[in-house]
Amino acid sequence: MATHEFAAQESHAHAGPQGFIRKWVFSLDHKVIGLQYYFLALAAVFVGMFLSLLMRIHLVAPTAILPFLGDIKPETYLTLVTMHGTIMVFFVLTTAPQGGFGNYFLPIQIGAPDMAFPVLNMLSFWTTFLGFIVMLAAFFVAGGAPLHGWTGYAPLSAIQSTGPGEGLGADLWIISIAIFCIGALMGALNFITTTLDMRAKGMTMMRMPLTVWAWFVTAILGLLAFGVLLSAGILLLMDRNLGTSFFVPLVTINGQLTGHKGGSPLLWQHLFWFFGHPEVYIAILPAMGMCSQLLSVFSRKPIFGYKAMVYAILAIGLLGFMVWGHHMFMSGMSPYTAFAFSIMTMGIGVPSAIKTFNWLGTLMRGRIRFTSPMLFAIGFVSLFVSGGISGPFLAQPVLDIQFHDTYFVPGHFHLIMGVASIFGIFAATYYWFPKMFGRMMNESMARWHFWFSFIGTYAIFMPMHYLGMAGMPRRYSQMTEVSYLHGLIPLQKFITYAAFVTIAGQLIFLVNLFWSMFQGTKASDNPWEATTLEWTTATPPPHDNFGGRTPVVHNGPYEYSVPGAPRDYVMQTDPEIKPAH
Amino acid sequence: MGLILLIIIWLITFVSTYFFVAKTWWLPVGASVAAASIDHHFTTTFILMGVVFVAAQVALGYLVWSYRDRGTATKVAYSHGNTNLEIVWTVLTTVLFVGMNLASSSIWASERFRAAEENAVQVEVTAMQFAWYFRYPGPDGKFGATKPELEDASAGGEAALGLDTKDPASKDDVVTGTMVAPVNREIEVILRAHDVIHSFFIPTMRFKQDAVPGLAIHMHFTPIQTGEYEILCAELCGLGHYKMHGMLKVVSQEEFDKWLAAREAEKQ
Repeated sequence: MATHEFAAQESHAHAGPQGFIRKWVFSLDHKVIGLQYYFLALAAVFVGMFLSLLMRIHLVAPTAILPFLGDIKPETYLTLVTMHGTIMVFFVLTTAPQGGFGNYFLPIQIGAPDMAFPVLNMLSFWTTFLGFIVMLAAFFVAGGAPLHGWTGYAPLSAIQSTGPGEGLGADLWIISIAIFCIGALMGALNFITTTLDMRAKGMTMMRMPLTVWAWFVTAILGLLAFGVLLSAGILLLMDRNLGTSFFVPLVTINGQLTGHKGGSPLLWQHLFWFFGHPEVYIAILPAMGMCSQLLSVFSRKPIFGYKAMVYAILAIGLLGFMVWGHHMFMSGMSPYTAFAFSIMTMGIGVPSAIKTFNWLGTLMRGRIRFTSPMLFAIGFVSLFVSGGISGPFLAQPVLDIQFHDTYFVPGHFHLIMGVASIFGIFAATYYWFPKMFGRMMNESMARWHFWFSFIGTYAIFMPMHYLGMAGMPRRYSQMTEVSYLHGLIPLQKFITYAAFVTIAGQLIFLVNLFWSMFQGTKASDNPWEATTLEWTTATPPPHDNFGGRTPVVHNGPYEYSVPGAPRDYVMQTDPEIKPAH
Repeated sequence: MGLILLIIIWLITFVSTYFFVAKTWWLPVGASVAAASIDHHFTTTFILMGVVFVAAQVALGYLVWSYRDRGTATKVAYSHGNTNLEIVWTVLTTVLFVGMNLASSSIWASERFRAAEENAVQVEVTAMQFAWYFRYPGPDGKFGATKPELEDASAGGEAALGLDTKDPASKDDVVTGTMVAPVNREIEVILRAHDVIHSFFIPTMRFKQDAVPGLAIHMHFTPIQTGEYEILCAELCGLGHYKMHGMLKVVSQEEFDKWLAAREAEKQ
């Protein structure tokens, strides 16, 4: 422990590098790397959103000729589905909350001068960046990007002749994900070591902010999950290019033998979902941590049930590895195992419910300040409930018979792991922007952005549940071939209109972000009157985070409205307060 | 701001709930034995989860309005939580979630743990990009051999399946593009796929099962109403996924026998 801690502190004792390249491009500073991750995710989210807009247009106007893009063919639609899902899951939902905010604020919140391994940190960002470039390259090669969905089920993804985009595009897709996995593994190691070894004096585990707990457990999930996906990806590449048959049995494509035999398509699904389900929690746990933090800050009240919140995060992390089979109830896996996976999945609802109760308990008898980060935190709770409530339908195999692979599923996961996580990212952006850039974001633009996003999200994803109940399958590019789907077209149109309006609302965010960077009102060191360590240092923080000081922690992270205290908040570094109970 | 949040959260909750309760869009009519129990369990889950949904959203809206910052007059409760409450809601949610699950397990068991009855009508369902083929074993009750090297996808029918005509058991096999089944008889489907994974989905029968290359998956369902029902592919299988459509015709036993005999006669 001692060696690298000293090393890290020494390297930060002098001023940071001044050259542009070392300061902003190949930086070792976790704060710069955090921003790099954040802006990578920002670029990715607009690409992903643009793809979803094209999907929505094609669904309601399959023959439309779009300016510059021409018409969208059914296979192009599937390409959009695949790339939208992949980019959003990997390069947005995994990248922004963990790589972005985790990198920037985990070291500061635990009182460390940097990450444990700054060089590894830089490498993990640039690896992720390379992964994104390779992913985008898939659009521009012969045959285009793959059409096998973000889950890449074999044999569709394992044989080049199964469809357009399954040639070089699919190889690039797999390589990009493999590169991403390597970056994520390096990041995970760094987060875990930093949390365990670099906490300031007095920062016991049970005094860590819930954000730090969430990033820490997320890193453990990443360490265990991305290794499996990386291996699976390599095997899939071998099946595609070296003639192995890990995932492909004897199959014929259009009556032609492929030379494969003896592999198991279900093996891919097991490996993929062994990563894929923990991935859901990798996306949502940091958002849970951020929103717990914000609900406490802006209710001016300690978080309700801190210990229960910590145990719930740990329980979710543990159970998250035991439920992957609920994606496979209809896959041909033994029906007996469905029973076990189903019980575990319902079990994971318990810590999720505990968190919801504790959020409501935090709001109760508080003094709520409706700042923009708080609006998004409240929105997060609402979305988390709405997206969570459809989970028990899909978790029961007998109901999954009807709902599996219908719109009920995208309705469910977009609300909870998609938009709820995004709301966590927005909340964190509005909350930490002053610390990162030294200026406040514009509140009225932020409010408009909130209303567009909050109402728009429900308008898009609630109707998907209705479509699912009516039997609308996922990943259908057109509804023309099945007669009972014709009646659902008006609802699809409504969703498309809602998507247009909601996406337009996101431009407000983009304008606010860049406008405020240069024109926002100057922020003080602690504009939200919050207690955690990032608010004890300058705005923006100096190169070594605390300007040569090492903070000493005396209090828990959520001491608001302490009776008898001079202000309604007690900093973690303030002299120790007497326990209330 | 607290009041606007309350109004919007409540409005979203009630509008969303309205369309569920009014059944504006709802499950298609159930026409199989399993439909009644599956739909019943769906309704139970729906009511329980609906109550939780409305209660949680209403509480959220109320709390943010009620405890908004009203200046210095607002008293804040300095509390780190309540262990007894934590235990209460942990136990309650565990009972609710696990109980709901256990209540549905007998339906799952009857659908999936039990093999088809002896006298079930056997239909082999073969999926390939982007068509369904249905094969009946004929009077001998045996399916003839198929060979991948004999497959001719463009020819359709028996040739698409690669049926080995030299195998005596194949002589009376009937291959069709439409699935025909007698009403009130259990149907045993044997699901196969040639190329990629497909999923055999008949919404009205409350039936869905992936067809996986390399596996022959045995499943069963019992239609209880005559009529024509749409078959869809529910697992992404390639560019024609959306048009991989089929029909299930459920007819009386006599009509079924007559239809099968006619197909046999055509073949001879």
